[in-house]
Amino acid sequence: MTFTIPIDNGDALKNAETDSQRTLYPYVTGTSIVAIKYKEGVLMASDMGGSYGSTLRYKNIERVKAIGKHSLLGASGEISDFQEILRYLDELVLNDNMWDDGNSLGPKEVHNYLTRVMYNRRNKFNPLWNTLVLGGVKNGQSYLGMVSMIGVSFEDNHVATGFGNHLARPILRDEWHADLSFEDGVKLLEKCMRVLLYRDRSAINKLQISKITEEGVTVSQPYSLKTFWEFQAFHNPTAGAQGSCGFPGGYLNEIF
Amino acid sequence: MSGVGDGGDEAEALGVEVVFFLAVVGAEAVGGEVGADAVGFGDPAAAGEGVGELLLPLALGAPAGVGGSAAKTAVMANTATARDRSDGVILGADTRATEGPIAADKNCEKIHYMAPNIYCCGAGTAADTEAVTGMSFLTSVCVASLPDWRDSRVITALTLLKKHLFSYQGHVSAALVLGGVDITGPHLHTIYPHGSTDTLPFATMGSGSLAAMSVFEAKYKEGLTRDEGIKLVAEAICSGIFNDLGSGSNVDICVITKGNKEYLRNYMEPNPRTYVSSKGYSFTKKTEVLRTKITPLMERVEITEVGEAMEE
Repeated sequence: MTFTIPIDNGDALKNAETDSQRTLYPYVTGTSIVAIKYKEGVLMASDMGGSYGSTLRYKNIERVKAIGKHSLLGASGEISDFQEILRYLDELVLNDNMWDDGNSLGPKEVHNYLTRVMYNRRNKFNPLWNTLVLGGVKNGQSYLGMVSMIGVSFEDNHVATGFGNHLARPILRDEWHADLSFEDGVKLLEKCMRVLLYRDRSAINKLQISKITEEGVTVSQPYSLKTFWEFQAFHNPTAGAQGSCGFPGGYLNEIF
Repeated sequence: MSGVGDGGDEAEALGVEVVFFLAVVGAEAVGGEVGADAVGFGDPAAAGEGVGELLLPLALGAPAGVGGSAAKTAVMANTATARDRSDGVILGADTRATEGPIAADKNCEKIHYMAPNIYCCGAGTAADTEAVTGMSFLTSVCVASLPDWRDSRVITALTLLKKHLFSYQGHVSAALVLGGVDITGPHLHTIYPHGSTDTLPFATMGSGSLAAMSVFEAKYKEGLTRDEGIKLVAEAICSGIFNDLGSGSNVDICVITKGNKEYLRNYMEPNPRTYVSSKGYSFTKKTEVLRTKITPLMERVEITEVGEAMEE
């Protein structure tokens, strides 16, 4: 299983050894990323958890990294594939630096590169199991885009991956507007992350907010959000309605 | 859907109340079934985000043979009294019934009448939700209250519904949000197709449930007044309508308080027909009416109303 017979892609599907090296399921996964454009650039929020199936295995994974001088890359999905993508981008940025021509890769270029990589891998039935969020600022222009594991790529004012698609997007669609200040942007992201914390089982209460502006990248220290659990109904859910939760006592009552 | 049932057992064993919003991918349809998509949706959560992304378009958009979905939301409204006691329940629903990718009914009614003080929103297969809520209404909820002419209790309806649904082992695809006010106070429950129930301050079901739940989680607080509550529920339903493909059209609201209920049909209509010709329609050339003959297909019979008017 460890040696590969060099064959062209046409036989890839038929060859068992190559088959066993295709990504079929993700193992260690990161949950959602939420990102928005704001007045000075792009803000990206992610939690620091890496789940191994239904276990919260790693609680200190940084899922947002700076790429070159102008971009920020956040990833949800398989962590090992994210690390592979970082290696590819490292090589890309290195080659770009070696030209030493005063030019540097901007977010649009990095986004395009990632789209090609993801789409090509998907065509070979060996995807990089990630949804990537690419944000950046170059020459005063903010850029925010997303690439999925099958190569779906687009640009928008606000993006969310994973569960964020369902829980954060409605909030962002309602409350995002152009030229948000830094504080408002962070508040909006925290609102989304709090809902995700309540409702996504693979989310943890340890998040980082990263920002990228013309000046550069800043990644915040990890911190937690305040949560509220003191609803009256949670204190006494069966007040006046004993047995409404079914099992305790309920089953026995049916015998009579 | 097995995910829901298992989760429910675990929760009760641990003595912890856990809400399974993930489990239900509602399908409000004419003759559709929900089974396939619900299972599909349960797995992604376990396997990880990537798998979820592949299956999501199927699971949430309702795969072939499955009806579409409805965003049902309900919230417990607490009026700000001196003792901060909650006062009533507000139920809300969208009005789209789907058959696969097609909206079969643009303006259906998803808030079903069970008793004067109990209403039930139904997500899932339309036939199942209507039959299940109608059955309860006819057989026991009303009958149970007859002898004493007292208001029926919400937990009566709850137990009837869960016993029925459990005995069908999830094959009756009705995911319900049951709300009402009885002698013991206001109650809000969710009932899942397999028969598990939850009692909550706010709840959502259906494919639009995540969109609606994100609004609730961000904006719900205790001590809402009636108007604030209606506004919040309407906002949550709108979030479902605009962010979920299986929900759409208008917002229905039902406010139940002690001894009083208001069924606000089409409370909001955020999707009006955009281009309506002001001239109306007319035939190109003047159509001459030669003869008019009206044949009634059934005899009209006058019925004098006795007692309370039948609703649905």
